[in-house]
Amino acid sequence: MTGTHPLILAGSAAETTRLVAYWILAILSVAAAICMVLARRAVHCAMLLAVVMLSLACYYAMLGAPFLAFVQIIVYTGAVLMLFLFVLMIVGISAADSIIETIRGQRMWAALAGIAMLVLLSLVVGHAVIGPAAPASAKFGNGNVTALANLIFTRYLYPFEIVSALLIIAAIGAMVLAHRERTTPKPTQRELAAHRIASGRPTPLPGPGTYAQHNAADMPALLPDGSLSELSVSPVLSGRPGETPRELPGATAVPPAPQETAGSLAGPASASGGQEAGDR
Amino acid sequence: MVSPAHFIALSVILFVIGAVGVLVRRNAIVVFMCVELMLNACNLAFVAFARMHGALDGQVIAFFVMVVAAAEVVVGLAILTAIFRARRSASVDDANLMKY
Repeated sequence: MTGTHPLILAGSAAETTRLVAYWILAILSVAAAICMVLARRAVHCAMLLAVVMLSLACYYAMLGAPFLAFVQIIVYTGAVLMLFLFVLMIVGISAADSIIETIRGQRMWAALAGIAMLVLLSLVVGHAVIGPAAPASAKFGNGNVTALANLIFTRYLYPFEIVSALLIIAAIGAMVLAHRERTTPKPTQRELAAHRIASGRPTPLPGPGTYAQHNAADMPALLPDGSLSELSVSPVLSGRPGETPRELPGATAVPPAPQETAGSLAGPASASGGQEAGDR
Repeated sequence: MVSPAHFIALSVILFVIGAVGVLVRRNAIVVFMCVELMLNACNLAFVAFARMHGALDGQVIAFFVMVVAAAEVVVGLAILTAIFRARRSASVDDANLMKY
Protein backbone atom coordinates (compact mmCIF):
# COMPACT_ATOMS: atom_id res chain seq x y z
CA MET A 1 0.00 0.00 0.00
CA THR A 2 1.09 3.52 -0.65
CA GLY A 3 -0.07 4.58 2.79
CA THR A 4 2.98 3.21 4.53
CA HIS A 5 4.92 6.33 3.72
CA PRO A 6 2.84 9.26 4.90
CA LEU A 7 5.81 11.59 4.64
CA ILE A 8 5.69 11.58 0.89
CA LEU A 9 1.91 11.63 0.69
CA ALA A 10 1.38 15.33 0.60
CA GLY A 11 -0.37 15.87 -2.69
CA SER A 12 -4.09 15.74 -3.22
CA ALA A 13 -3.75 12.97 -5.77
CA ALA A 14 -2.38 10.71 -3.07
CA GLU A 15 -5.29 11.66 -0.81
CA THR A 16 -7.75 10.76 -3.53
CA THR A 17 -6.03 7.44 -3.97
CA ARG A 18 -6.32 6.79 -0.26
CA LEU A 19 -9.99 7.71 -0.28
CA VAL A 20 -10.74 5.42 -3.22
CA ALA A 21 -8.78 2.60 -1.60
CA TYR A 22 -10.60 3.16 1.66
CA TRP A 23 -14.03 2.93 0.07
CA ILE A 24 -13.25 -0.08 -2.08
CA LEU A 25 -11.88 -1.96 0.92
CA ALA A 26 -14.73 -0.80 3.14
CA ILE A 27 -17.38 -2.11 0.77
CA LEU A 28 -15.41 -5.31 0.26
CA SER A 29 -14.87 -6.01 3.94
CA VAL A 30 -18.40 -5.17 5.08
CA ALA A 31 -19.90 -7.26 2.26
CA ALA A 32 -17.60 -10.17 3.13
CA ALA A 33 -18.49 -9.88 6.82
CA ILE A 34 -22.22 -9.89 6.09
CA CYS A 35 -21.84 -12.85 3.76
CA MET A 36 -19.83 -14.60 6.46
CA VAL A 37 -22.71 -14.32 8.88
CA LEU A 38 -25.15 -15.51 6.22
CA ALA A 39 -23.14 -18.28 4.54
CA ARG A 40 -24.30 -21.73 5.55
CA ARG A 41 -21.12 -23.70 5.04
CA ALA A 42 -18.31 -23.17 7.50
CA VAL A 43 -15.66 -23.30 4.77
CA HIS A 44 -17.24 -20.38 2.96
CA CYS A 45 -17.29 -18.48 6.25
CA ALA A 46 -13.56 -19.08 6.67
CA MET A 47 -12.81 -17.85 3.16
CA LEU A 48 -14.91 -14.71 3.64
CA LEU A 49 -13.19 -14.08 6.96
CA ALA A 50 -9.89 -14.23 5.09
CA VAL A 51 -11.15 -11.45 2.79
CA VAL A 52 -12.05 -9.30 5.80
CA MET A 53 -8.69 -9.92 7.45
CA LEU A 54 -6.71 -9.11 4.31
CA SER A 55 -8.57 -5.86 3.80
CA LEU A 56 -7.93 -4.99 7.45
CA ALA A 57 -4.24 -5.60 6.79
CA CYS A 58 -4.44 -3.05 3.97
CA TYR A 59 -6.09 -0.62 6.38
CA TYR A 60 -3.28 -1.07 8.88
CA ALA A 61 -0.82 -0.23 6.15
CA MET A 62 -2.85 2.88 5.30
CA LEU A 63 -2.89 3.89 8.97
CA GLY A 64 0.86 3.82 9.27
CA ALA A 65 1.20 0.41 10.93
CA PRO A 66 3.22 -1.68 8.44
CA PHE A 67 4.38 -4.05 11.17
CA LEU A 68 0.82 -4.81 12.23
CA ALA A 69 -0.20 -5.21 8.60
CA PHE A 70 2.31 -7.99 8.14
CA VAL A 71 1.51 -9.56 11.50
CA GLN A 72 -2.13 -9.52 10.50
CA ILE A 73 -1.39 -11.37 7.28
CA ILE A 74 1.06 -13.84 8.81
CA VAL A 75 -0.66 -14.56 12.13
CA TYR A 76 -4.31 -14.16 11.28
CA THR A 77 -4.66 -15.06 7.65
CA GLY A 78 -1.77 -17.48 7.75
CA ALA A 79 -1.92 -19.23 11.08
CA VAL A 80 -5.32 -18.68 12.67
CA LEU A 81 -7.36 -19.25 9.53
CA MET A 82 -5.33 -22.32 8.62
CA LEU A 83 -6.06 -23.64 12.10
CA PHE A 84 -9.75 -23.02 11.49
CA LEU A 85 -9.53 -24.92 8.21
CA PHE A 86 -7.71 -27.83 9.85
CA VAL A 87 -10.40 -28.12 12.51
CA LEU A 88 -13.01 -27.93 9.76
CA MET A 89 -11.31 -30.88 8.13
CA ILE A 90 -11.53 -32.84 11.39
CA VAL A 91 -15.10 -31.86 12.14
CA GLY A 92 -16.23 -32.46 8.58
CA ILE A 93 -16.21 -30.02 5.75
CA SER A 94 -19.91 -30.43 5.13
CA ALA A 95 -20.87 -29.27 8.62
CA ALA A 96 -23.62 -26.88 7.61
CA ASP A 97 -25.73 -25.01 10.08
CA SER A 98 -29.22 -26.16 10.85
CA ILE A 99 -31.91 -23.66 10.00
CA ILE A 100 -34.16 -24.74 12.84
CA GLU A 101 -34.36 -22.17 15.61
CA THR A 102 -34.09 -23.77 19.03
CA ILE A 103 -35.10 -20.56 20.75
CA ARG A 104 -38.21 -19.12 19.17
CA GLY A 105 -37.65 -15.80 17.42
CA GLN A 106 -33.95 -15.86 18.14
CA ARG A 107 -32.98 -14.46 14.77
CA MET A 108 -35.39 -11.56 15.01
CA TRP A 109 -34.20 -10.67 18.49
CA ALA A 110 -30.58 -11.01 17.40
CA ALA A 111 -31.21 -8.63 14.50
CA LEU A 112 -32.95 -6.19 16.84
CA ALA A 113 -30.08 -6.40 19.32
CA GLY A 114 -27.63 -5.81 16.48
CA ILE A 115 -29.47 -2.73 15.31
CA ALA A 116 -29.69 -1.44 18.89
CA MET A 117 -25.97 -2.02 19.34
CA LEU A 118 -25.21 -0.24 16.08
CA VAL A 119 -27.29 2.76 17.14
CA LEU A 120 -25.67 2.82 20.57
CA LEU A 121 -22.14 2.59 19.27
CA SER A 122 -22.85 5.15 16.53
CA LEU A 123 -24.17 7.57 19.15
CA VAL A 124 -21.11 7.05 21.34
CA VAL A 125 -18.69 7.43 18.45
CA GLY A 126 -20.66 10.37 17.07
CA HIS A 127 -20.43 12.18 20.38
CA ALA A 128 -16.75 11.53 20.75
CA VAL A 129 -14.38 14.05 19.29
CA ILE A 130 -12.32 12.17 16.75
CA GLY A 131 -9.72 14.56 15.51
CA PRO A 132 -7.74 14.42 12.31
CA ALA A 133 -4.68 12.26 12.07
CA ALA A 134 -1.61 13.50 13.87
CA PRO A 135 1.08 15.05 11.69
CA ALA A 136 3.07 12.44 9.90
CA SER A 137 6.24 11.26 11.57
CA ALA A 138 8.77 8.53 11.06
CA LYS A 139 6.99 6.43 13.71
CA PHE A 140 4.23 5.76 11.20
CA GLY A 141 6.54 5.14 8.29
CA ASN A 142 9.91 3.55 7.94
CA GLY A 143 10.72 3.78 11.63
CA ASN A 144 7.60 1.94 12.71
CA VAL A 145 9.24 -1.35 13.66
CA THR A 146 12.01 0.32 15.62
CA ALA A 147 9.62 2.56 17.51
CA LEU A 148 7.33 -0.40 18.30
CA ALA A 149 10.26 -2.43 19.55
CA ASN A 150 11.31 0.47 21.76
CA LEU A 151 7.85 0.56 23.30
CA ILE A 152 7.44 -3.20 23.69
CA PHE A 153 10.78 -3.69 25.39
CA THR A 154 10.55 -0.69 27.69
CA ARG A 155 7.09 0.40 28.75
CA TYR A 156 5.26 -2.78 27.82
CA LEU A 157 7.91 -5.24 28.91
CA TYR A 158 5.86 -6.90 31.64
CA PRO A 159 2.72 -7.33 29.50
CA PHE A 160 4.96 -8.74 26.79
CA GLU A 161 6.43 -11.33 29.14
CA ILE A 162 3.01 -12.23 30.50
CA VAL A 163 1.71 -12.66 26.98
CA SER A 164 4.57 -15.01 26.18
CA ALA A 165 3.68 -17.07 29.26
CA LEU A 166 0.08 -17.07 28.05
CA LEU A 167 1.16 -18.43 24.68
CA ILE A 168 3.07 -21.29 26.28
CA ILE A 169 0.10 -22.10 28.52
CA ALA A 170 -2.21 -22.06 25.50
CA ALA A 171 0.05 -24.39 23.54
CA ILE A 172 0.27 -26.86 26.43
CA GLY A 173 -3.46 -26.58 27.03
CA ALA A 174 -4.21 -27.37 23.40
CA MET A 175 -1.92 -30.39 23.55
CA VAL A 176 -3.62 -31.64 26.72
CA LEU A 177 -7.09 -31.07 25.31
CA ALA A 178 -6.36 -32.69 21.97
CA HIS A 179 -4.53 -35.63 23.52
CA ARG A 180 -6.42 -38.90 23.52
CA GLU A 181 -5.45 -41.55 26.01
CA ARG A 182 -5.31 -45.05 24.56
CA THR A 183 -7.70 -47.21 26.56
CA THR A 184 -7.08 -50.49 24.77
CA PRO A 185 -3.71 -52.08 24.06
CA LYS A 186 -2.32 -51.41 20.62
CA PRO A 187 -3.14 -54.32 18.29
CA THR A 188 -0.09 -56.20 17.15
CA GLN A 189 0.65 -57.00 13.53
CA ARG A 190 -0.30 -60.64 14.12
CA GLU A 191 -3.71 -59.64 15.50
CA LEU A 192 -4.26 -57.25 12.62
CA ALA A 193 -3.45 -59.94 10.09
CA ALA A 194 -5.72 -62.46 11.82
CA HIS A 195 -8.53 -59.92 11.90
CA ARG A 196 -8.03 -59.19 8.25
CA ILE A 197 -8.25 -62.84 7.25
CA ALA A 198 -11.27 -63.37 9.50
CA SER A 199 -13.08 -60.37 8.02
CA GLY A 200 -13.51 -62.23 4.73
CA ARG A 201 -11.71 -59.58 2.68
CA PRO A 202 -7.97 -60.05 2.87
CA THR A 203 -7.16 -57.71 -0.01
CA PRO A 204 -7.19 -53.89 0.08
CA LEU A 205 -10.32 -52.08 -1.03
CA PRO A 206 -10.46 -51.18 -4.72
CA GLY A 207 -9.32 -47.66 -5.57
CA PRO A 208 -11.75 -45.15 -7.04
CA GLY A 209 -11.86 -44.55 -10.73
CA THR A 210 -10.38 -47.87 -11.87
CA TYR A 211 -11.59 -48.52 -15.41
CA ALA A 212 -14.10 -45.70 -15.02
CA GLN A 213 -14.43 -42.69 -17.29
CA HIS A 214 -12.12 -40.58 -15.14
CA ASN A 215 -10.17 -41.01 -11.94
CA ALA A 216 -11.85 -38.48 -9.64
CA ALA A 217 -11.93 -39.52 -5.99
CA ASP A 218 -15.72 -39.75 -5.98
CA MET A 219 -15.89 -41.88 -9.13
CA PRO A 220 -16.55 -45.50 -8.24
CA ALA A 221 -14.38 -48.14 -9.82
CA LEU A 222 -15.82 -50.40 -12.47
CA LEU A 223 -15.79 -54.09 -11.78
CA PRO A 224 -14.84 -56.45 -14.63
CA ASP A 225 -18.48 -57.09 -15.42
CA GLY A 226 -19.14 -53.36 -15.82
CA SER A 227 -20.94 -52.83 -12.53
CA LEU A 228 -19.92 -50.23 -9.99
CA SER A 229 -17.91 -51.01 -6.89
CA GLU A 230 -19.48 -49.12 -4.00
CA LEU A 231 -16.52 -49.98 -1.79
CA SER A 232 -14.12 -47.96 -3.89
CA VAL A 233 -15.53 -44.58 -2.85
CA SER A 234 -14.86 -43.22 0.60
CA PRO A 235 -18.06 -43.08 2.69
CA VAL A 236 -17.14 -39.50 3.58
CA LEU A 237 -17.47 -38.50 -0.06
CA SER A 238 -20.57 -40.48 -0.86
CA GLY A 239 -22.30 -39.23 2.28
CA ARG A 240 -21.63 -35.61 1.55
CA PRO A 241 -24.82 -33.54 1.44
CA GLY A 242 -25.38 -31.47 -1.65
CA GLU A 243 -23.37 -33.87 -3.74
CA THR A 244 -25.31 -36.49 -5.55
CA PRO A 245 -23.41 -39.72 -5.87
CA ARG A 246 -22.58 -40.49 -9.44
CA GLU A 247 -25.30 -42.75 -10.66
CA LEU A 248 -24.58 -45.06 -13.51
CA PRO A 249 -26.69 -47.97 -14.73
CA GLY A 250 -26.14 -51.07 -12.68
CA ALA A 251 -25.01 -49.18 -9.64
CA THR A 252 -27.00 -51.08 -7.08
CA ALA A 253 -26.51 -54.76 -7.58
CA VAL A 254 -22.98 -56.06 -7.77
CA PRO A 255 -23.21 -59.62 -8.99
CA PRO A 256 -20.28 -61.92 -8.40
CA ALA A 257 -18.05 -61.63 -11.40
CA PRO A 258 -16.85 -64.78 -13.09
CA GLN A 259 -13.15 -65.40 -12.80
CA GLU A 260 -12.38 -65.59 -16.49
CA THR A 261 -13.82 -62.10 -17.10
CA ALA A 262 -11.54 -60.71 -14.46
CA GLY A 263 -8.56 -62.35 -16.02
CA SER A 264 -9.35 -61.12 -19.51
CA LEU A 265 -10.07 -57.53 -18.49
CA ALA A 266 -7.19 -56.99 -16.12
CA GLY A 267 -4.51 -55.07 -17.96
CA PRO A 268 -0.82 -55.34 -17.20
CA ALA A 269 -0.73 -51.96 -15.43
CA SER A 270 -3.44 -52.69 -12.90
CA ALA A 271 -3.70 -56.43 -12.89
CA SER A 272 -3.86 -56.67 -9.13
CA GLY A 273 -6.71 -54.14 -8.91
CA GLY A 274 -8.73 -55.96 -11.48
CA GLN A 275 -8.31 -59.30 -9.82
CA GLU A 276 -9.27 -57.88 -6.44
CA ALA A 277 -12.41 -56.47 -7.93
CA GLY A 278 -13.15 -59.75 -9.62
CA ASP A 279 -12.75 -61.68 -6.39
CA ARG A 280 -15.60 -59.90 -4.74
CA MET B 1 -9.30 12.98 3.03
CA VAL B 2 -9.48 9.78 5.01
CA SER B 3 -9.67 10.67 8.67
CA PRO B 4 -9.51 8.28 11.64
CA ALA B 5 -13.26 8.73 12.02
CA HIS B 6 -13.74 6.74 8.82
CA PHE B 7 -11.89 3.81 10.29
CA ILE B 8 -13.70 4.04 13.62
CA ALA B 9 -17.04 3.95 11.81
CA LEU B 10 -15.96 0.90 9.83
CA SER B 11 -14.79 -0.85 12.97
CA VAL B 12 -18.16 -0.18 14.61
CA ILE B 13 -19.94 -1.76 11.64
CA LEU B 14 -17.67 -4.81 11.60
CA PHE B 15 -18.02 -5.24 15.36
CA VAL B 16 -21.81 -5.21 15.15
CA ILE B 17 -21.79 -7.70 12.28
CA GLY B 18 -19.59 -10.01 14.33
CA ALA B 19 -21.83 -9.68 17.38
CA VAL B 20 -24.93 -10.52 15.35
CA GLY B 21 -23.09 -13.52 13.94
CA VAL B 22 -22.28 -14.77 17.44
CA LEU B 23 -25.95 -14.45 18.38
CA VAL B 24 -27.33 -16.05 15.24
CA ARG B 25 -25.00 -18.87 14.24
CA ARG B 26 -25.22 -22.40 15.65
CA ASN B 27 -21.99 -23.93 14.42
CA ALA B 28 -19.39 -23.39 17.14
CA ILE B 29 -16.59 -22.88 14.62
CA VAL B 30 -18.50 -20.13 12.86
CA VAL B 31 -19.24 -18.54 16.24
CA PHE B 32 -15.48 -18.52 16.81
CA MET B 33 -14.93 -16.85 13.47
CA CYS B 34 -17.42 -14.14 14.40
CA VAL B 35 -15.56 -13.56 17.67
CA GLU B 36 -12.41 -13.19 15.61
CA LEU B 37 -14.18 -10.62 13.45
CA MET B 38 -15.10 -8.62 16.56
CA LEU B 39 -11.50 -8.72 17.80
CA ASN B 40 -10.30 -7.54 14.41
CA ALA B 41 -12.74 -4.66 14.48
CA CYS B 42 -11.38 -3.64 17.89
CA ASN B 43 -7.86 -3.80 16.49
CA LEU B 44 -8.81 -1.49 13.67
CA ALA B 45 -10.14 1.01 16.19
CA PHE B 46 -6.94 0.75 18.23
CA VAL B 47 -4.75 1.38 15.20
CA ALA B 48 -6.92 4.27 14.04
CA PHE B 49 -6.73 5.90 17.47
CA ALA B 50 -2.98 5.40 17.51
CA ARG B 51 -2.79 7.26 14.21
CA MET B 52 -5.02 10.00 15.58
CA HIS B 53 -2.95 10.58 18.71
CA GLY B 54 0.36 10.16 16.98
CA ALA B 55 1.48 7.63 19.59
CA LEU B 56 2.26 3.99 19.05
CA ASP B 57 0.63 2.64 22.23
CA GLY B 58 -2.51 1.70 20.33
CA GLN B 59 -0.50 -0.38 17.91
CA VAL B 60 1.20 -2.19 20.80
CA ILE B 61 -2.19 -2.97 22.33
CA ALA B 62 -3.45 -4.21 18.96
CA PHE B 63 -0.41 -6.46 18.77
CA PHE B 64 -1.21 -7.88 22.21
CA VAL B 65 -4.81 -8.40 21.17
CA MET B 66 -3.62 -10.42 18.19
CA VAL B 67 -1.45 -12.61 20.40
CA VAL B 68 -4.23 -13.22 22.92
CA ALA B 69 -6.65 -13.96 20.08
CA ALA B 70 -4.26 -16.54 18.68
CA ALA B 71 -4.01 -18.20 22.11
CA GLU B 72 -7.78 -18.13 22.44
CA VAL B 73 -8.27 -19.74 19.05
CA VAL B 74 -5.79 -22.52 19.85
CA VAL B 75 -7.46 -23.46 23.13
CA GLY B 76 -10.97 -22.94 21.81
CA LEU B 77 -10.49 -25.11 18.77
CA ALA B 78 -8.89 -27.83 20.91
CA ILE B 79 -11.95 -27.79 23.16
CA LEU B 80 -14.12 -27.93 20.06
CA THR B 81 -12.36 -31.01 18.69
CA ALA B 82 -12.65 -32.67 22.12
CA ILE B 83 -16.39 -31.96 22.19
CA PHE B 84 -16.75 -33.14 18.61
CA ARG B 85 -14.94 -36.37 19.45
CA ALA B 86 -17.27 -37.04 22.36
CA ARG B 87 -20.58 -35.92 20.83
CA ARG B 88 -20.06 -36.08 17.03
CA SER B 89 -21.45 -32.57 16.64
CA ALA B 90 -20.08 -29.05 16.41
CA SER B 91 -23.39 -27.34 17.07
CA VAL B 92 -23.65 -25.17 20.15
CA ASP B 93 -27.17 -26.51 20.71
CA ASP B 94 -26.01 -30.04 21.30
CA ALA B 95 -23.67 -29.19 24.17
CA ASN B 96 -26.49 -28.74 26.67
CA LEU B 97 -25.70 -31.31 29.34
CA MET B 98 -25.45 -28.61 31.99
CA LYS B 99 -28.97 -27.43 31.28
CA TYR B 100 -31.17 -28.05 34.36
